[in-house]
Amino acid sequence: MKLLSTLLAAAVLSAPAAAQVRSLNGAGATFPYPIYSKWFDEYQKAKPDLRINYQSIGSGGGIRQITERTVDFGASDGPMTNQQQFKVDGKILHIPTVLGAVVPAYNLKGVEDLKLSGPVLADIFLGKITRWTDPSIKTLNPEAALPDAPITVVHRADGSGTTYCFVDYLAKVSPEWKSKVGVGTAVNWPVGLGGKGNEGVSGFVKQTPASIGYVELIYAKQNDIAYASVRNKAGKFVKASVESVTSAAAAAAKNMPKDYRVSITDASGEAAYPISTFTWLLVYQKNTAGKGAVLKDFLRWMLKDGQAMTAPLGYAPLPDAVNAMVAKTVETIQ
Amino acid sequence: MTVAAIPGPRERAGDRLFRLTIAGFAGLVLLVVLALAWQLARASTQTWRTFGPAFLWTSTWDPVGEVFGALPFLYGTAVSSLLALLIAVPLGVGSAVFLTELAPRRAAEALMFAVELLAAVPSVILGLIGVFVLVPAVRAVEPILGKTLGFLPFFRGAPYGVGLLSASLILAFMVLPYITTITREILLTVPRPLKEGMYALGATRWEVVRGVSLPYARSGVLGAVFLALGRALGETMAVTMVIGNTPKISASLFDPAYSMAAVIANELAEAASDAHLSALIAIGLTLLAVTVAVNGAARLMIYRLERR
Repeated sequence: MKLLSTLLAAAVLSAPAAAQVRSLNGAGATFPYPIYSKWFDEYQKAKPDLRINYQSIGSGGGIRQITERTVDFGASDGPMTNQQQFKVDGKILHIPTVLGAVVPAYNLKGVEDLKLSGPVLADIFLGKITRWTDPSIKTLNPEAALPDAPITVVHRADGSGTTYCFVDYLAKVSPEWKSKVGVGTAVNWPVGLGGKGNEGVSGFVKQTPASIGYVELIYAKQNDIAYASVRNKAGKFVKASVESVTSAAAAAAKNMPKDYRVSITDASGEAAYPISTFTWLLVYQKNTAGKGAVLKDFLRWMLKDGQAMTAPLGYAPLPDAVNAMVAKTVETIQ
Repeated sequence: MTVAAIPGPRERAGDRLFRLTIAGFAGLVLLVVLALAWQLARASTQTWRTFGPAFLWTSTWDPVGEVFGALPFLYGTAVSSLLALLIAVPLGVGSAVFLTELAPRRAAEALMFAVELLAAVPSVILGLIGVFVLVPAVRAVEPILGKTLGFLPFFRGAPYGVGLLSASLILAFMVLPYITTITREILLTVPRPLKEGMYALGATRWEVVRGVSLPYARSGVLGAVFLALGRALGETMAVTMVIGNTPKISASLFDPAYSMAAVIANELAEAASDAHLSALIAIGLTLLAVTVAVNGAARLMIYRLERR
């Protein structure tokens, strides 16, 4: 019996793979969905007999589905925790694909370039700083005409990778945030209103005078929402952009762990934007029935041709050093 | 009970087959409900084991620390739904009376068409109207309410616009057509001779409505109200867009709140930990139980009314 199954497995593995695999199914993060669908589209033009389906059901769903092997690849904006990895039967690789950033969006009439620091941002979202005229905000913005109004805080109500990145940053710069609230795709917010999705948060921020929330950089750019510069670890105020996000990643590349499960919030480097994050594809190292070869081919293409398509859509491409590292990891997929 | 056959000499094979088939259909409905409840209970055992029944009356909701309590959601759902009924029932019953007793026939038909159209508006569209029209309006009205009625605890606090008040108003809009349509249908079944008799005795229209039409239609109207309540309890999309999505209990209607259906819709996709997922499913089970209880209460009340 054992011999038979070994023989069978050998037969399956040695079969001409690419011809058989007609489709790949994936599910997960919503944040990289625009670039992923662009990639799958372009890649399929080169491989007309392959179909890649991707459901943007959220990072949590992506992790669950890849864990249960109901999809061929998952996608997440936050790395899998040790506890989550423990439940996996097999080894899952985190493949960084692009970078994104989260920006503090605000609604203050006449304030063009609001400057904030991490601790101040944390105190606002903790409900400790309640008015715009608070001395700590004033010292960062000596020239701005800040209104004497209470701060209305807006956060995401739905679980989200955007939230994960934002609170991950707050936890790094504020010990109180770390102990009181913590890090997750959904947290127990001390104050504020909950909006559904980026559009819900930006809707509330746009409508409510003297409010502050957080949205993805791409969303803020596309919808002309004012967003604040944030003081980074080097003490420089940096506004989020494709360049400042890539710079944050480059700073992190120097001590990149082998499994790429790294948070690049509060990165060092003069030009690094501190609320940046990788987003990952989750794939098994060992795949069944020739799917590994197909995945590998797609990932190779993504690292070479795919990266050039990111900037027009507002995503930051992987820094070269990281790209070279990931390329080696991709080769280990079977 | 549903299969109680008419007593006849003997059943033919075809009749028997038909009877069993439709009995199967009816049984299937029950089976689906039971399977649903069982599945929800099974998937939420972790929550019930960890927190016990206290899940229902504690109010911390912390997905990171994995501490869960459903009270703020129960509160938000109950208050927004009841407030919606408080607004919609007088409006709905009133307009149904107008449409059947007072309005010229043509106008009534045109108005009825409009009411039915309102029932067909998808809830996400109503939610959008809520976000862009209702919420700014509520935000403008709230300071005035606060000044005039601020001595009551219900009208205090910062005027965000989003919150329980907006959610209740949106829900009132959503259930209004149900109440109006059903009440009108029932009022139309009031026997003409009864009303004509009253008129012949010199009763005014108000007296006829109050003395004949409404008492005759009582149980039907109650049914309409409970149908509306059922709809309000389960409404998700429009509510989550205007309620503020904050799991806190506060007496003020200005403050943001949360509802059971809304938290499930918002957090399920990204619920990464088992404890979080289980807690959300436990909320689903609670919502199902509340809905069943409301429907049961409705049945009981209608049954009693009809016996009197």
